[in-house]
Amino acid sequence: MRETAVEHVESWLDSFSEAAKGAGNLPWLRRLREDAFARFCETGFPTTRDEDWRFTNVSAIARTTFRPAGAAKVTAAEIAPYRVDGVAAQIVFVNGRFAPELSQLNRLPKGVTVASLRERMESHPQELEQHLGRYADIRRDPFCALNTAFLSDGAYVHVARGVVVEAPVYLLYLSTEESTPAMTHPRNLIVADDESQVSVIEDYASVGRESVVLSNAVTELIAGESATAQHYLIEREHLKAFNVQTLRIQQGRSANVASHSLLLGGGLVRNNVHPVLAGEGGECLINGLFLGTGRQHLDNYMHVEHASPHCGSRQFYNGILDQQAHGVFHGRIVVHKDAQKTDAKQTNRNLLLSDDAQIDTKPQLEIYADDVKCTHGATIGQIEENALFYLRSRGLSEAEARKLLLLAFAEECVERMHSAVAKELMERLIREHLLFLEQAPRVPSGPRITERAVEEVG
Amino acid sequence: MSLLEIKNLHVRVDGNEILKGIDLTVNAGEVHSIMGPNGSGKSTLAQVLARRDAYEITDGSVTLDGKDLLAMKPEEAACEGVFLAFQYPVEIPGIGNTYFLRSALNAQRKYRGQEEMDAMDFLPLFREKLALLEMDDKLMSRSLNEGFSGGEKKRNEILQMAILEPKLAILDETDSGLDIDALRIVANGVNSLRNPERAMLVVTHYQRLLNYIVPDFVHVLVDGRIVRSGGKELALELEEKGYSWAEPETAGVGASAAPALRRDGARA
Repeated sequence: MRETAVEHVESWLDSFSEAAKGAGNLPWLRRLREDAFARFCETGFPTTRDEDWRFTNVSAIARTTFRPAGAAKVTAAEIAPYRVDGVAAQIVFVNGRFAPELSQLNRLPKGVTVASLRERMESHPQELEQHLGRYADIRRDPFCALNTAFLSDGAYVHVARGVVVEAPVYLLYLSTEESTPAMTHPRNLIVADDESQVSVIEDYASVGRESVVLSNAVTELIAGESATAQHYLIEREHLKAFNVQTLRIQQGRSANVASHSLLLGGGLVRNNVHPVLAGEGGECLINGLFLGTGRQHLDNYMHVEHASPHCGSRQFYNGILDQQAHGVFHGRIVVHKDAQKTDAKQTNRNLLLSDDAQIDTKPQLEIYADDVKCTHGATIGQIEENALFYLRSRGLSEAEARKLLLLAFAEECVERMHSAVAKELMERLIREHLLFLEQAPRVPSGPRITERAVEEVG
Repeated sequence: MSLLEIKNLHVRVDGNEILKGIDLTVNAGEVHSIMGPNGSGKSTLAQVLARRDAYEITDGSVTLDGKDLLAMKPEEAACEGVFLAFQYPVEIPGIGNTYFLRSALNAQRKYRGQEEMDAMDFLPLFREKLALLEMDDKLMSRSLNEGFSGGEKKRNEILQMAILEPKLAILDETDSGLDIDALRIVANGVNSLRNPERAMLVVTHYQRLLNYIVPDFVHVLVDGRIVRSGGKELALELEEKGYSWAEPETAGVGASAAPALRRDGARA
């Protein structure tokens, strides 16, 4: 173990020992955590020398002393804006802890389980043991290791074989104001058994005044044979939040999975989507939209692994960046030796609304099979002057015309979503956010969050 | 007072003078045609009137109903009654045709202090105009001009014009790329919109369109100047003799390179 890899190693050790005390005593789980913590201590946080983190400097996270977020109460009035009509269930976490009084879990159809992972670990440990930690890679990603080391609660969603849940299951993660930098490590497990169908919305938001928080979430989504799963991610925390997301998808034969991401909030966001198409004939759609302003840093890291023949994957990401926002799209596609007849496509389109906004877009294809079709493309542009003039020449104000064009650009992503409930929610948030983009005060020029020292972040 | 008065208009693009002193008066109810070879400044004139800001106005004035048109933004000009049918209508994925048209109409109604139209009131008006242009309403559920054929795009321009009911309609090469059937439909649409309160400026390279939209006046624009004005017979004369005939001797050698017109109206 290299002792220098992690700054503030004592404080991490303190936090880890503290967390371990309350973590129950399942031996396999303890081992999982300890291995992960050892791994994290070994590697420390990634640096920009690491190819996977080339465009995202997380030293602001590394230099901050985070303590596990404390218990907090969220009032009925504070939760009201986060109620969504038409969902199958809503499970709420406050500072990483299950909040049963805020959750609505009583209308679930038969064959569907939505529960706190922590509670489920106590009541059905074997059920979780076969999946938990099996897919998320603590070797590859230090944030994944950190999440696993601090694994304590999150959502567990299980849909039994052949069961179809039309309405989405809504998972809400609220962070509250804290006096010192606080971290949560939500851990979710979604299991869709063979021939089942489920959609899940994961929503990260803040209540109260801005304070430094790190939300480091990992979701393992297992889709059995011919299962259909739709995953929706919303990141809308305040601008002092660090948010690292990892969605690890394991697809069985002919499974059809879609990941839809909407990144609006967070000062520094890293969204990892890592599907493994492990069974023949699987289909995967990765669809995302990121809207950045101020000095936000929004990093989208895709890692699509084709491990079986006859699978298809589609990646579509649209980005809109204003002021000094920095966006990243890193789309890695790995086609394994046996994954013949793979059909993989990747498209990243970006609109830069200011001279200072920045996008780094990087396709990365690694193909070890010889009969595959892989394409990628990226565009970076501005609002088209022609289109703007056309709309204005019919009487729309410049602001109105701009908004309409941005909305149309964003709408491409909404169109790819399936659930009407999720679509409506996303559309509302996008509209509100475009208004915010328009009215957001211009930040004075200065270093971005990825370039700032931690003292300034706090 | 005339509806449109252009006096000594000089316009530059990227430092090159494109319009070199245009004078033109258009009264309500009149249809004027501006004819000219490629590069003579026709489209520039059309776009300046619709207030595209890529142009530098170095001299002259333009008034619409006595108001300074050159001080207006594109949306203000539109709300004051200027409509430009684009030579190349823009495709905008993600914005619905119908939604866009109603938004535009309501923006203009709001500007004029009229009540906005809801979807229920708008629909019958929309249907009526669709029928006028023989357009399929399936087209309208699609995105703005997206995947439209050339003819469909031009018809969509005239549909917008029919709904927005401008005081001054400027048609920029509306005939280009149209087959004879589409041309007839577009011309019918335009003719049905002729009325004593409305003026039209029909910009075209060829005389063909003017068989269907018969102008009251024809002006020949060569190298940024109106070199000749007359009645509708001037268009026919031009057709026969070519633009070089219309030019004054002073226009010099460069202008004689302007392409001659062929009877079938195809590009030489």
